[in-house]
Amino acid sequence: MSALRPGDPRPEAESTSGAAGPGGRRRTSAPVPRFGHGSRVPGWDEAVDLTKDPALMPDPATTPVPPQLRETIEQAMAKYPDRRSAVIPALHAAQEVHGWCSPEAINQVAAVMQVTPGYLSSVATFYDMLETEPRPKHHDVYVCTNITCSLRGADELFEAVLTAAAGRQDVHVKSFECLGACDIAPMASVDGEYVGPLEPADAERIMADLEAGQPVLRDKQLRYRRCADPGVAQGAEEFSPPEAPRADTAGLRDEPDRPGPTAAIEVPTQEASSDGGGQSPGRPERS
Amino acid sequence: MKILFDGIDEPGLNTLEVYERRGGYRSLRQALAMSREDVLQSISDSGLRGRGGAGFRMGQKAGFLPHGDMDKYLVCNADESEPGTFKDRELMQKNPHQLVEGIIIACWAAEIDRAFIYIRGEYEQQAEILEVAIAEAEAAGYLGQNILGSPLSVSLVLHRGAGAYICGEETGLLDSLEGKRGNPRLKPPFPAIEGLYHGPTLINNVETLSTVPHIIRMGGAEYAKIGTETSTGTKVVSISGDVQRPGNYEIVLGTPSRQLIYDLAGGPAEGRQVKFWFPGGSSSPVLTQDDLDLPYDFDSMAKAGSMLGSGAIIVVDDSHTVLEVMHKLVKFYAHESCGKCVPCREGTNWTLKMVHRIQSGEATPMDLDIMAGVQTQIIGNCLCVLGDAMAMPVGSMVEKFREELEAEIESARERARAGELEHVIPLGVADEQAGPITVHDAAASARAVGG
Repeated sequence: MSALRPGDPRPEAESTSGAAGPGGRRRTSAPVPRFGHGSRVPGWDEAVDLTKDPALMPDPATTPVPPQLRETIEQAMAKYPDRRSAVIPALHAAQEVHGWCSPEAINQVAAVMQVTPGYLSSVATFYDMLETEPRPKHHDVYVCTNITCSLRGADELFEAVLTAAAGRQDVHVKSFECLGACDIAPMASVDGEYVGPLEPADAERIMADLEAGQPVLRDKQLRYRRCADPGVAQGAEEFSPPEAPRADTAGLRDEPDRPGPTAAIEVPTQEASSDGGGQSPGRPERS
Repeated sequence: MKILFDGIDEPGLNTLEVYERRGGYRSLRQALAMSREDVLQSISDSGLRGRGGAGFRMGQKAGFLPHGDMDKYLVCNADESEPGTFKDRELMQKNPHQLVEGIIIACWAAEIDRAFIYIRGEYEQQAEILEVAIAEAEAAGYLGQNILGSPLSVSLVLHRGAGAYICGEETGLLDSLEGKRGNPRLKPPFPAIEGLYHGPTLINNVETLSTVPHIIRMGGAEYAKIGTETSTGTKVVSISGDVQRPGNYEIVLGTPSRQLIYDLAGGPAEGRQVKFWFPGGSSSPVLTQDDLDLPYDFDSMAKAGSMLGSGAIIVVDDSHTVLEVMHKLVKFYAHESCGKCVPCREGTNWTLKMVHRIQSGEATPMDLDIMAGVQTQIIGNCLCVLGDAMAMPVGSMVEKFREELEAEIESARERARAGELEHVIPLGVADEQAGPITVHDAAASARAVGG
């Protein structure tokens, strides 16, 4: 999975899946970057601090942790019989705060959970959604480039999104493996909002919507899509955004600033009529 | 016949109020009035087979769990990552209480008091909806201590993953749920004996558990009358790819495949033909046009040399080459291999290199034999089936489309010789500094180092 950071090429060769683009071909024999003493491994000849305990846990008394983060992690730990189970939720929460799983973030989680930072790093590097490198904090655009989506033109879409996002520091574009929405192929997940089917021209609209801080491609959001099965959805038009606020099939509230996944969940007791704050959602204007 | 999808588009079905109005949680009351053994017997009688991929009978699996006073767990596998599969997404998004009810009934049948739903990290909306549904069920007394005055107590926790295909494999999922890297475990012991936190664990797919309330409602024997003798009930199939109406369809098992692809999903675009199709997600060996008349059920698919898997049909029409699909497929598995077992870790990456060789005009038809040979060395030699999941479809593609692949090899060689492939290599980030490299250079330098 290749992260887009223009003007920031990594010295090391990435894994093969980093190759992007239509008909991505082989990684050819580019000159291998060499480091000290001709080694391919950077920093191999730098001394390790042997006096340090390899399994050192940060001292909870001296490690400053944002109170909110501490509370989130402690709540997560309380949910499981074994506190280690909360590692992924905790790293997620820390990533929300720091933007990525930085050494500082990992240290804070380690201090609260009382596990070693090394253990947390091993977990953070395993999962695609935990970022182990600095990246812009704001918007994630994951473009699915797996089989179904690529059959429907995802590679062109990915190129278009890359082009549209070029130069924007607050948008993080990633080509992702199957996101589980092949019915709207080719699709993308913009800050967790599934949109599709997309055309390369939609890339500009995604950027415009992100810029304007409004729901992305409202007319193409998966949450408004009805079931394809004719037995349950007679005459349902595809991708019709709700005309007025309503309890949709998905039942999601129609607010542009819906709570993020880590926000406190409140059990909705109000009915559709009180939802949406009176905002009447229309199609986003095309420029 | 709609069972799982009955009224699925009804507004607000995700709320407890609407779900209860439609008869929700009545099956739970019914189940709690029955003895645990009767509930388990009913599930066994229904012949319900796991909808996640393996097709193992749920009743049998639940029966493997030891009895007695110990910590036992139920884990609902909602880490739906198999390319082409999106049925659980729709079920969780639109009818989360159906799943919650199924989990509670399964807990009753297998004497379990702690349950987890492991949902993939990308499903943020679905996770939020489930969180709300669980909170509603707790507030209504369907979860917690002494549910509806019965001896059953269940706590249900939603656990969000963080993006790893391998966590859909049951033991990888357990490791991930324990807060580790999602590496599969050696089996046996199977999770039913030693699973989560070393306790006996029942793992089932979202769709399987969502079916449970309906089995209780209808009675196991009655449910078994739907579908074929060995593949009972209905199945939600996710049809995608080159079809006009991609989406989820609930079908009775045993429906002819042609009917699914053409009548329900509309078939390929005008003037196009089905070239091949994956009957059960990208991990299943491909089938061709000749197999379109097979009934869509577990045994017919197995007999045809493929599998029903997760019920995800990916249709590829004749505007696409086998090689491009193979490339995407192999790239996916090479990226998702967790690296624990050598045959999978090396085999997937090695196969990817072979595909690149074909594309750049360096391969000979002999490479296809080598490629097929690699696949046979992966199958059955790993802890989990991720390697097999690549090896089986790739093997079947080489077998069924050998002529096309050979032609592809030849034409790529011709083009490379004529210098037409110069533009081919879109360079990755790492290579950008080095400037454009032609295939000629690549081939020459590969020879120079004895590659």
